[in-house]
Amino acid sequence: MSNGQSRFHVPAPPFRPGDAPDFSHLDLQKAGEAKRPDPLTASVKMTDLAFGLIGVLDHNHQAVGEWDPRLSPEVLREGLSHMVLTRIYDARMLKLQRQGKMSFYMKSLGEEAVAVAGAMALNKSDMVFPSYRQQGILFARGRNIVDMMCHCISNSRDNLKGRQLPVHYTWAEGNFFSISGNLGTQFPQAVGYAMGCAYKGEDTIAASWIGDGTTAAPDFHAAMTLASTYRAPVILNVVNNQWAISTYEGIAKGDAATFASKGLGYGLASLRVDGNDFLAIYAATKWAADRARKGGGATFIELFTYRADAHSTSDDPARYRPKNEFEKWPLGDPIERLKNHLIGLGEWDEDRHAKLEEQMTALVVKSYKEAESHGTLHDGPLSPTHTIFEDVYATEDWRLRRQRQDLGV
Amino acid sequence: MPAMNMLQALNSAMDVLLDKHPETVIFGEDSGYFGGVFGATQGLQKKYGLDRVFDAPINEAAIAAMAIGMAAKGLKPIAEIQFADYIFPAFDQIVSEMSRLRYRSAGEFVSPVVVRSPWGGGIRGGQTHSMSPEAFFTHVPGVKVVVPSNPYDAKGMLIAASEGDDPVIFFEPKRIYNGPFDGVPDAPLSSWARHPKGEVPEGHYRVELGKAEIVREGEACTVLTYGTLVHVAVNAAEKAGIDAEIIDLKTLAPYDIETIVASVNKTGRVVVAHEAPRTSGFGAELAAQIQEECFYALEAPIFRLTGWDTPYPHAHEWAYFPGQARFIRALQTVTEAR
Repeated sequence: MSNGQSRFHVPAPPFRPGDAPDFSHLDLQKAGEAKRPDPLTASVKMTDLAFGLIGVLDHNHQAVGEWDPRLSPEVLREGLSHMVLTRIYDARMLKLQRQGKMSFYMKSLGEEAVAVAGAMALNKSDMVFPSYRQQGILFARGRNIVDMMCHCISNSRDNLKGRQLPVHYTWAEGNFFSISGNLGTQFPQAVGYAMGCAYKGEDTIAASWIGDGTTAAPDFHAAMTLASTYRAPVILNVVNNQWAISTYEGIAKGDAATFASKGLGYGLASLRVDGNDFLAIYAATKWAADRARKGGGATFIELFTYRADAHSTSDDPARYRPKNEFEKWPLGDPIERLKNHLIGLGEWDEDRHAKLEEQMTALVVKSYKEAESHGTLHDGPLSPTHTIFEDVYATEDWRLRRQRQDLGV
Repeated sequence: MPAMNMLQALNSAMDVLLDKHPETVIFGEDSGYFGGVFGATQGLQKKYGLDRVFDAPINEAAIAAMAIGMAAKGLKPIAEIQFADYIFPAFDQIVSEMSRLRYRSAGEFVSPVVVRSPWGGGIRGGQTHSMSPEAFFTHVPGVKVVVPSNPYDAKGMLIAASEGDDPVIFFEPKRIYNGPFDGVPDAPLSSWARHPKGEVPEGHYRVELGKAEIVREGEACTVLTYGTLVHVAVNAAEKAGIDAEIIDLKTLAPYDIETIVASVNKTGRVVVAHEAPRTSGFGAELAAQIQEECFYALEAPIFRLTGWDTPYPHAHEWAYFPGQARFIRALQTVTEAR
């Protein structure tokens, strides 16, 4: 490794466009192999969980091992339904963006389980501090789809009055914190919120998600320090989807064995989880939530997954990675895996699945028609122009009043 | 009514807030057991307990972000940044998050945090313990910026800030923590005990944000300033025998335009004064606004008396600071211009 001389080192991904992707170098722990300790176990006694991979669904789509959350078929079908809706919603929104009906969009293709399973394992009273690519949380919490679309097309019914880029949702009623465009800022805020829950003696907790690239940002370390110092009832998730726009995960990870292992130095319970396994994510989140609610403090979770589509509508992944890389991804497709599991249980079949897809497509199409009836970014109506001066402060001061009058609104 | 210095007044304000509002929490580097490096939070942890007043890690971004999350949960955090110079690691959390949360969420989430920070020069703090970075924050929609100049205002404005609904950056001029300063470094320090604004009620009161105060009435020119320089201005005007009207702005965002315009229309001559560097300093905003609103009343160019466009030097601190001698020259220049 060393030839006795320092070397300038910049890591590079194993495959670039034109290469044949091959993930056989990933030594992934098999589903069912990871131990499931009691949720109040000291973090130093379960360091192996930060290096392995918590998985429940095996290659035959059967639930195996100690982490099996033993969910009822109803809950599994609900999860599947939210994930299918997320995928159909995303596909339709992308199409609409290409038609010029939306300024921007970000899909969560391949990562649907991260948001949906995480949300379903939390209580609805728990506050989530999400990143983008987590519209699945909104579906799992019952957000009105028309409202989500109205936000994305910034029309007169946009609950954010046209101030946020599409997919930067806010839904206070659903305990869904306002999404920032500045990456990672929500991570330490979630810890502060969780501390507030503990301060008030409530049973609620907070959870937050950032991407693998954002672990390099100062706010990541701020959050980890706060969570550890104050033993906050928070779940801090890193969605390792391999790509931060064109930058592969190694640029943020450096020589760390896994992202999850970064939590160990902070004294946090640190889990590495198959991010394409609905059951594993559900189980790990539930375990972490139990730990938080029982006073065991924060849990740091790496969700090992793959961003199957572009970063956003402004990105073309074919310029930096092999086109078929996702097909070679060893952890498969989260929807297919849960669907096959349910079929294996005799609780689902292809016909019902096709019908579900049809229903969800119809729902999305109908909802968009309704959303569009409240206006679009291009053709209006938008929220009234004077609203640009609202909500800066609790009450308008002379500067804003005069500027609003200058604009004549 | 007891006499207090500014530190005691701030301590008293936080005592009142902790007592009156169970959701008030106070934290910062060394703010807990030790009571802050200047002593502003001294005794509060002992009185209210570890979970009300506590130490924070040396990570200003973490301090600001923790405060945002807590405020979103309905707490009333008062976060201390040990020196205003250290606020920049927290800049993104303040400027991109705390200031905009209400706006970007259309009021669904709010972040009424008070960020306190010792501010300004005059204590031999060198270039990392002397800055007055207020202009960085007055440029930001969504935060209020406060710089009190005496114990009475410091207490009343801190209470008003914490009981308000908006984020407030609360800069405390540390040179005058213990007594007013006339701008002559070799002169003996006076005490707040003999100053009318050193008399501070013990209980709850508020001093409204956004209001300036005419601290000395006059006809010859208007001086617009805040913090330590309020006292330098008063002493300079007395010493030079110039009938200057001196306005303590107290709140910089939003500043009190009515008081400013009325005074400038009366005197026709203006000195804007601050310790921060001149270029794009808060004085530039004042000069521009006065030019827009009082152009035909002006009888002389607006004079900017400021720190230099350099970092704050340790050994040459008093050559940097706009002290009494420079202040007198500024007043003379403005009033003698024909």
